[in-house]
Amino acid sequence: MAETTMDSTAAGLTTADGRPLKVALAAAQSRAKRRAFLLVLPLLLFIVITFALPIGQMLQRSLYHDGFSKASPALGAWFAANPAGTEPDEAAYAALASDLLLMKENRLAGEAGTRINYSMPGTRSLITSAARGADDLQPPYREALLAQDRKWGEPLLWVAMREAASPWTTDFYLSGIDMQRSADGGIERVAEVNRVYIWLYVRTFLLSAVITGICLLLAFPIAHMLATLPMAKANLLMILVLLPFWTSLLVRTTSWIVLLQGQGVINSLLVSMGVIDDSGRLALIYNQTGTIIVMVHILLPFMVLPLYSVMRVIPPSYARAARSLGATSWTTFRRIYLPQTLPGIGAGVLLVFILAVGYYITPALVGGADGQLFSNQIQFHMTKSNWSQAAALAAMLLAGVLLLYWLYDRLIGIDKLKLG
Amino acid sequence: MALPTYADPLERAWYYTYIVICTLIFIFLIAPILVIIPLSFNAEPYFTFTSKMLSFDPEGYSLRWYDELVVKGMQSTGATGAAWWSDMWQNSVWVKAAKNSVIIGFWATILSTVLGTLAALGLSRPEMPWRRLIMAVLISPMIVPIIIVATGMFFFYSNPCSVIGVTCGTEEQPWRLTSTYTGVILAHAALGIPFVIITVTATLSGFDQSLIRAAASLGANPRTTFFKVIMPLILPGVISGALFAFVTSFDEVVAVLLIAGPEQQTIPRQMWNGIREAISPAILAVATILVVISIALLTTIEVLRRRSDAMRGVTGR
Repeated sequence: MAETTMDSTAAGLTTADGRPLKVALAAAQSRAKRRAFLLVLPLLLFIVITFALPIGQMLQRSLYHDGFSKASPALGAWFAANPAGTEPDEAAYAALASDLLLMKENRLAGEAGTRINYSMPGTRSLITSAARGADDLQPPYREALLAQDRKWGEPLLWVAMREAASPWTTDFYLSGIDMQRSADGGIERVAEVNRVYIWLYVRTFLLSAVITGICLLLAFPIAHMLATLPMAKANLLMILVLLPFWTSLLVRTTSWIVLLQGQGVINSLLVSMGVIDDSGRLALIYNQTGTIIVMVHILLPFMVLPLYSVMRVIPPSYARAARSLGATSWTTFRRIYLPQTLPGIGAGVLLVFILAVGYYITPALVGGADGQLFSNQIQFHMTKSNWSQAAALAAMLLAGVLLLYWLYDRLIGIDKLKLG
Repeated sequence: MALPTYADPLERAWYYTYIVICTLIFIFLIAPILVIIPLSFNAEPYFTFTSKMLSFDPEGYSLRWYDELVVKGMQSTGATGAAWWSDMWQNSVWVKAAKNSVIIGFWATILSTVLGTLAALGLSRPEMPWRRLIMAVLISPMIVPIIIVATGMFFFYSNPCSVIGVTCGTEEQPWRLTSTYTGVILAHAALGIPFVIITVTATLSGFDQSLIRAAASLGANPRTTFFKVIMPLILPGVISGALFAFVTSFDEVVAVLLIAGPEQQTIPRQMWNGIREAISPAILAVATILVVISIALLTTIEVLRRRSDAMRGVTGR
């Protein structure tokens, strides 16, 4: 009996119906895999169709705008035949004139003008009015168009039209990083007063970092207290963290408006206590301060919960051991306790930072002028129907968020995410 | 945490400072939520405590803002009895918003809970392929900035067929999901899914997989095993996931702003209007009602969590 077991190799083993064990096991495993995957498949399809696909489709808009290109086949052909930097000749102006006529016939001038206007502000009316009078244009077209408006001779306009003549473009990303095309076809930074996006992007991350930092400072002591108190008391105090977590975001924003506004509770309290004059009421809301205060309050539970779940399992005996070996309380905290809380700190900081970077509602309601974040700029372009620009900015923000998300998955693991 | 007996005076001082700091932080967390409750009963149109309120004079308090909530949008304010009730049910702006919120929240919750629970069951099986990647995709609606999600959905839902290059409906008026209940429900279901996945997989992590084999060896088919063994054990997790999904939908405003039409206005959407325009104490009345709802939800969650822990034999907390 023992000998037969010794002799038979793994390949030699067979199941009851005579199949090699290896094959049967592989089949069973792949069946189990398929079953598990089939359970996930409906949701995966749902998320892909209702969530991932729309985002992908929107991102495509950041590189694609056919407003001008579909109205300008003749110019497109001329640009294709002549390399960048060619002085527009009579043939180019003739192509322009025929396209303007096409725009008039198909009522595409508005769309085409809007597209050029994105690259070169102030040119929408140039194109729409030229298209209106396209019937009366006579050769030589160069003179006729220049007589209408000197702008038609500007090299910058021709650079903009060359770029817009193809529907695929990086123009919206260029303007997203405060760049534009120069007259000679190169790339340059926009005028200093118009540089908004890079600074806003940096400021969004800075402000998120400040908010995350404050959250950590506030969350650490209370998470520690919750983790070290006896269970019954800790559960009661936990309600104070969980109730804000479960309360509507708009309700919390509303209450902060009530508390912080000029005629609100805090200012009235300070005035009645004589700390400030009636005329010197503090501007606590509709500015950056307001955004920070309210966002800290909203995101604080997301910091407390991961910290708490890590601190709860730190054995108190370690700290006692350190003390008995002669460490001061500060050394004990710094060398023994703090390092053990690092996983919780990492999880909380990353989660709060990711959520803060993409915040929209709170800055929109209480941010005023200087408390706006990058999301609000996306919404601004949406309301102005400049969808490609909104999409390009969205792609920039998404890139930052996904990078952080990837970092979170690497360092902490998505499956460690817990709520409540 | 008690102060150890060997603490020196400095540590003692620090300990009491620490208690004070923690108390202040807890006040910071809870005070803003509690302060609106009395203010919603303010008799005056102010956002601060009047002297009458502070001296607990009944005249300082009134239900006028709650009354205003109900009456807003009603056609015939003079009607009484059944006519008044039906007018309120049909026309009151906030009642309509509440109905929309509940309808959208209900269907979004059903959708995300059913799909999410199935997926969580698959994800928690040890043989699940590409587990980490799929998990990352399914959690992403919680991570991707809401404005990006809503913008993408707005474009997609305004002409869903264009993705596969087909025109549904007519050329001028393509079939669309924007300004429909279906569109908002689908959007909210997608946003609620991460919460269901997180809570149900957390419950399943403590689930003893050998129970499934035990059921099978006793002759139960997979269906019986699911309804008689798995479901009762993970039910608390499923319900709290569903509550999370419902709250997510109930609180969501950005997707509603972009996708919903005038017929699908929800409570958060109305609040958004109220806050952006002239903010009136009537908003505080809504806020108070919502706070009461969230207290009820929190209590439910807490009860469920304890039940779940007790079932899984987790002692203590």
